[in-house]
Amino acid sequence: MMHTLPPFVAVIRTAFLRIFSSPLAGLLNILVIGIALSLPAGMYILLQNAQSLVDEISGPQQISIFLQQDASTLEIEHLQKLLSQNEAISSVKFISRADALEGLKQSTGLSDVIAGLETNPLPDAFIVTPKSRDASYLENLRTSLVNLPKVAQAQHDTSWAYKLEAILKFARIAILILASLLSVALIAITFNTIRLQILTQRDEILVSKLIGATNGFIRRPFLYFGALQGLLGGLAAWLIISVSLHMLQSPLNNLSLLYSSNFSLHSLSVGDTLSLLLFSLYLGLLGAWLSVSRHLTAIEPR
Amino acid sequence: MISFNQVFKRYPGGYEALKNVSFEVVQGEMAFLTGHSGAGKSTLLKLIAAIERPNSGSVLVNNQNVGVLKEAALPYLRRHLGIIFQDHKLLFDRSVFDNVLLPLQICGFDSRESSKRVRAALDKVGLLKHEKTNPIALSGGEQQRLCIARAIVNRPTILLADEPTGNLDAEYAQAIMQIFKSFHQVGVTLLISTHDTTVLQDKDIRVITLKQGEVQDPSNVAETCNPDLS
Repeated sequence: MMHTLPPFVAVIRTAFLRIFSSPLAGLLNILVIGIALSLPAGMYILLQNAQSLVDEISGPQQISIFLQQDASTLEIEHLQKLLSQNEAISSVKFISRADALEGLKQSTGLSDVIAGLETNPLPDAFIVTPKSRDASYLENLRTSLVNLPKVAQAQHDTSWAYKLEAILKFARIAILILASLLSVALIAITFNTIRLQILTQRDEILVSKLIGATNGFIRRPFLYFGALQGLLGGLAAWLIISVSLHMLQSPLNNLSLLYSSNFSLHSLSVGDTLSLLLFSLYLGLLGAWLSVSRHLTAIEPR
Repeated sequence: MISFNQVFKRYPGGYEALKNVSFEVVQGEMAFLTGHSGAGKSTLLKLIAAIERPNSGSVLVNNQNVGVLKEAALPYLRRHLGIIFQDHKLLFDRSVFDNVLLPLQICGFDSRESSKRVRAALDKVGLLKHEKTNPIALSGGEQQRLCIARAIVNRPTILLADEPTGNLDAEYAQAIMQIFKSFHQVGVTLLISTHDTTVLQDKDIRVITLKQGEVQDPSNVAETCNPDLS
């Protein structure tokens, strides 16, 4: 019974009972909030997965520097010194033409063809790892490296990763806009639900005011209602996302097997889940608060 | 305890409900407020609970001018008053027990103390066996007594009743008056609006008569300003 519970728990219990006083309407409300939240949150998690996929495929950013065929050992040593002194470069690795040929033999299985070559066609090369991953920074570095003595070519092969990253950036902003719009919708849903709640509780509010209830006392259950509804909506969103990701996981496993990758979807982290729940709770509370401040003053005993 | 001083109340539209009303009900006194329908009885009670505000004059309750009380202070004024409404204002979405519990919840009583008080109040009005019933299943007289239980559960110092015996037969009305008298005996100040002539027969109890918004016999005031009346 209600009167045996501490007041705080009793108010939550009342709010819970009111949400489900008509179970279908309550569930639908929670479902609407859940779907509205799961869209941006689900897209966000897919985006994060795409981001980690990009990171995995592109690996650490590297620039390959190919030297002219006639570069002497002395010139190579000089160049290595220059590169390792360069502020923008974090590591330098030299691959001699002989090593490169050996590597090619092993990795491609073309040993017979390579054995038939009269001279080694490969140049000496440096592989440098820059300190930053920024696209324009890399491009500047690349141009400056080309201009070094005895350098024939400098290239970074990951420009497609940058294009993808630009697309992801675009998608991130699109999701942000979507999330903002749906948050407003969520506030509106709560606003309206609370308005209806206030109308159905009209008698109770009037009587309570007549027998000495403060505005805070009257407001509290509605705020709890909004917050609880938001929280349950957040839980619904979490469930929708988790189930969807789970359903996507097995076809994706097949796909990544075909590409001989071991990429797997990661779901919402604990931190993400907490933020999702807190955010939805907060939005519900905000909607309720707006509604209560707007509608409660209109109910005065006369 | 309750003191009206040259109070005027005009409703929007120009209808004058109270004209130059002055009277006093002292601590521990029991008084009837009578007059025809529309004489201003309900308005007068509403002014005491600050449900309406006077246009001029002062309404003092416990030496507090309730006519100028801030909105935020009203709940604390009303917690000292027990109000028995003409239309009961019971809540039909909860049990008899929970109806009486509401004022205690509002004041933040702990649950064990609340249960005790609710049962005591219900026992006082003879409704203890109905505590789990929905008030809609109660008769008119029982609803009236439930309303009384709710008004007294908070142990108010002042009890206001608007036509508490309005639609009841004589026997029920008598029972309710007995309940009121028992509160009077323990020192509660009572102001009861009624036009029930059988109730008004009681010679021991002072009667304030309103006629078209005016107190009819001011001599009543001087004569009965006596705390040890009953």
